Amino acid sequence: MPIQLIGFLLVAPALAVVLLLFIVPLVSSVTGAFDVGGSYGLGNFTKALELYSGDILFTLVIVLLSSGLIGLFSIMIGGYLTLGTNARAVAILRWIYRWPLFIPFIVVGQILRTFLAKNGLMNNIFIELGLMTPAAAMSFLDWRGIVVAFVWKQTPFVTLLLAGAMASIDQSTIEAARNLGAGRVRILIEVVLPQVRQTLLVGLILSFVTMMSVLSVPLMINAQSPTMITANMAFRINAHGDYGVANALGLISLLMTSVAAMVYLRQTMREHSR
Amino acid sequence: MSFQIDWKWIPRGIAFGLLAFIIFGPLTNLILWAVAERWYFPHVLPLKYGFSFWANVFSPRGNAMASLGTSVLIAALTVILSLGLAIPAGYALARLRLPFRGLILLALLIPQAFPNLPVYVNIARIFYQYSLNGTILGVVLVHVTHGLVYAVWIATAAFSSIDRELEEAARSMGASALRGFWDVTLPIAAPGLLASAIFVFLESLDEFTGTYFVGAPDVMTLPLLLYTAGSGGNYQIASITALILLVPSIAFMFVVERFLRSDVLSRVGH
Repeated sequence: MPIQLIGFLLVAPALAVVLLLFIVPLVSSVTGAFDVGGSYGLGNFTKALELYSGDILFTLVIVLLSSGLIGLFSIMIGGYLTLGTNARAVAILRWIYRWPLFIPFIVVGQILRTFLAKNGLMNNIFIELGLMTPAAAMSFLDWRGIVVAFVWKQTPFVTLLLAGAMASIDQSTIEAARNLGAGRVRILIEVVLPQVRQTLLVGLILSFVTMMSVLSVPLMINAQSPTMITANMAFRINAHGDYGVANALGLISLLMTSVAAMVYLRQTMREHSR
Repeated sequence: MSFQIDWKWIPRGIAFGLLAFIIFGPLTNLILWAVAERWYFPHVLPLKYGFSFWANVFSPRGNAMASLGTSVLIAALTVILSLGLAIPAGYALARLRLPFRGLILLALLIPQAFPNLPVYVNIARIFYQYSLNGTILGVVLVHVTHGLVYAVWIATAAFSSIDRELEEAARSMGASALRGFWDVTLPIAAPGLLASAIFVFLESLDEFTGTYFVGAPDVMTLPLLLYTAGSGGNYQIASITALILLVPSIAFMFVVERFLRSDVLSRVGH
């Protein structure tokens, strides 16, 4: 048997699973979005836009804001891990930052729901410390809670990738900048960041797609309108059995991520072809 | 004796304190809820601590033990199936010259590049026709699809970080290709494969969205139990369930670098 055929046979089962259990349903979500009572039309989209245009915008704003904050914090933490001069401080930071890394979203939703509530531990601590009056306490269980949950959970993931990339860049470029008298912030922005741009991009895109897929966080933190379209999709199906509008919302979320996915896939392909 | 205070520790201490509050504050809150017997506004801390909810959760008639069993069974089956698919695929992608290698890798990356919620919705619809909805097998298949991306990536990385000459040495001493793979390649790749097994196990243990659409209400995994308890306002049960899910996740976070050596990690996705 030629070696190429053997290779293909070894890969085929995994490919078949992805094809049957991911690509086929993905295609049927696209065709389902245009299926209005058996014939093709745009009815599902007009209904989806009519009911949920606010939530679509809300989703985009939340996910973009979260991605921006995740990027900022991961650059700050990764930068300190790479350029920090005090070994003990770097070790402490390395130990602290990664705790949320593998904590499941469902657990993040549960713990932040109790932590950020109006009577939650966070407000209670602030009141007890005299930083806030009881009357000023408010619930953060709205869009802010969702952003906090996403940033809390995804920052360590992007930081892990970014810090790894930062550690593997050519140290002599950093030394050279240091010898020329550049400060650490300047080294981070002008020397380190341009070299790890790709990794940051890939990390943020993976986070973006993940956030667009998470159902538990919006359901647990803020299921009332305005909420994320993931929660709306679940609602259409569970309450109305309305697959048409759910698929239309799904296609809208696919379109939002496809821009990001294109950049990511092209990036990966370019790296493979090297 | 000279004792110098490093003044830089003051801003550092404040920054680390703030970060620690952000990360450990919510976690402390979870632990407090798990051992609180009574806790209501405006009390900062629980009024009464105790383990009566634990006794409920872990009683033989409690839902949690059954859910834990279901979750572990699903995760174990997912690992076996995922690795069974990923080891041959990873080996072929790392070692054999495949036609359309780029295209195959692209296809295997697709589940990572699109939001999976619309996919789960339609899988549930397809599974309904084959009576797979609400069955363990249905949930396992959904988890395998999700875990396969990581499993293939890590397996490919683990195999391609192995020195090719070791295999060639075995072959030149008369070992068959299969024997060389079994006796030489597989043992060297084992730590990376073990890491991917743990990772797939955890992903399956923690998976909510797919199980919610395909499994509920017949297949009750721990995340679904957590969600149901939390929606019902039963924060003690929800927090105890969350703690059960938290322990393996945090344990893996601490050991991940021991399993995934940097030379393997640096090849993930290449």
